[in-house]
Amino acid sequence: MNRLRLGGVGGFIVRRLLLGVLVLVLVSVLVFLATQALPGDPARAILGRNATPESLAALRRQLHLDQPVINQYWTWVTGLLHGNLGVSLAAQEPISKLLGPRLVNSGVLVLLAAVLSIPLSVAIGAWAALKREKVFDTASSNLLLLLAALPEFVVALVLVIVFATTVLHVLPAISTVPPGSQPWDNWEALVLPVLTLVIAVAPYVARVMRASMIEVLESDYVEMARLKGLTERTVLLRHALPNALGPVFQVIALNLAYLAGGIIIIEYVFNYSGVGGAIQDAVLNHDLPVVQALAMLIATVYVVLNLLADVATILVTPRLRTRL
Amino acid sequence: MSETSVAFADVEAVPTPVRGANLLRRSMRLWRTRIGVALVGLIVLISIIGPYIAPYGPSTPVGVPNANPGGKAVLGTDYLGQDVLSRTLYGGRSILVMAVLATALGLIAGGAIGLVAAYSRNALDDTLMRGMDVLLALPQIMLALVAVAIIGPRTWVIVAAIALTTVPRIARVARGAAQPVVERDFIACSEAMGVPRWRIVGGELLPNTLGPLMVEASLRMTYNIAVVAALAFLGLAPDPNGANWGTMITENQIVLPVQPWGTLAPIIAIALLTMGTGLIGDGIARTAAGIDRARGEE
Repeated sequence: MNRLRLGGVGGFIVRRLLLGVLVLVLVSVLVFLATQALPGDPARAILGRNATPESLAALRRQLHLDQPVINQYWTWVTGLLHGNLGVSLAAQEPISKLLGPRLVNSGVLVLLAAVLSIPLSVAIGAWAALKREKVFDTASSNLLLLLAALPEFVVALVLVIVFATTVLHVLPAISTVPPGSQPWDNWEALVLPVLTLVIAVAPYVARVMRASMIEVLESDYVEMARLKGLTERTVLLRHALPNALGPVFQVIALNLAYLAGGIIIIEYVFNYSGVGGAIQDAVLNHDLPVVQALAMLIATVYVVLNLLADVATILVTPRLRTRL
Repeated sequence: MSETSVAFADVEAVPTPVRGANLLRRSMRLWRTRIGVALVGLIVLISIIGPYIAPYGPSTPVGVPNANPGGKAVLGTDYLGQDVLSRTLYGGRSILVMAVLATALGLIAGGAIGLVAAYSRNALDDTLMRGMDVLLALPQIMLALVAVAIIGPRTWVIVAAIALTTVPRIARVARGAAQPVVERDFIACSEAMGVPRWRIVGGELLPNTLGPLMVEASLRMTYNIAVVAALAFLGLAPDPNGANWGTMITENQIVLPVQPWGTLAPIIAIALLTMGTGLIGDGIARTAAGIDRARGEE
């Protein structure tokens, strides 16, 4: 495609950036066309059956529905670029105002899950690689394999049954965030949703970390470092670990992007007022502007995370830089 | 994304192709594969014969709501007084059928796109894979939700949406596995002999990429079961009150403190099924990797 003659890390970043923008433009076309395919008239859906033709026409004009499809798309996309996500059909409020607090709530969940699961899973993976084919490795690999196979709502409900409703009664089973309060006001309610997300993400990161670390530990430069007489601690922390992290960034980015989708279900399980709940409400109410806005938001998160992961991988893996 | 997979292709070992049937047979030597097959077999068997051996119909009221196990209902009754055991025996069929259909469709379309992209080595490759990137930018559950929001929770919509999300993931693996094969001499040889392109893709490329494709397909199967069940759990099953494990969980979650079995029985069924497919996938992956290693040492 656009093989620009740009060398070095800077050129690579510019190329990836252009590719990311291209993907987002194509996603926006896809999302827009998909919602255009909807049978029925949004103006009538809002005003109901008894609306007069004049009020219908006025609302269509207000929603730009009387314009050609290309113009409608253009209005929508330029609005998005200016931070104007549109107006919710169900709530009759600007979507950005509707989603703002929910974005914060979901962001808190994802951030906490990332901060806890990434070091944990990197440590588990690295330790398993060091103790290859010993008890810890075998046990953790098998356990992580089974956990990775479980759907996240199954994990969530098992945690609820164990810690909240049936076996123990130590944590709340639902985690509502009342309007006006912040998620961290009631930290107990965050424990189970965050734990679910950690269990959903950690297995993948740990498995890739283990494989990557094993490869690095078998490499010539680690053997060289050992032969030089460096302490095992220096060999591991300065030579092995940084080199093993390269592939892990990719998986972390993929999993954080996956979390953006996974929280839809987790938030539903715990009745948590985040983006996931907004998506579900919008789907059930046929509130298409909200569905469009959220789809674009999540796609943007995905593209940005992948971009960051690619750049991070290039930066920690010097041998890849020479190929650019 | 594809930019980095290209960068990594040089670093990582080129996977050696393995014939499909042979791979499956060899993977059955591993205990994890056997356990996985046993778990999946059990759940599939329950889903097939369950409706015939269920003591009650899926929506027959058999007693007071939320009754504990015992008496007429072995696992108790649910929030409407229906038999939990009977609903569990009925509830697997639609999930399994939708997940298998979606995975099969995604595998066929994704495999075809990936192999054609790898074989073409030109602008078609770039175009196809950019299209795949677009589909990848939406999480599986999000794309399924958008489709259901627009058309409604019909069986074909859910199957098509999940198949569509499976396509790019399979296509990337197929392309990655086929790229080193395309460069090999027997492909050039077939071209020189005038073998039609579609026969080269189907008869030469496909058999040589079956190993990675089967590993990815089993992984996708695990995910697709989860997405189908999750949609039902979100209240988006084709039949909103039907016996479906996802629907059962969402209906009975609220009465967990009183009667856990209405939630627990379908949870256990889904967990056994996805752990089974996960174990089978891991068994196939390990076998494929083991065969590669053995060949490398020869």
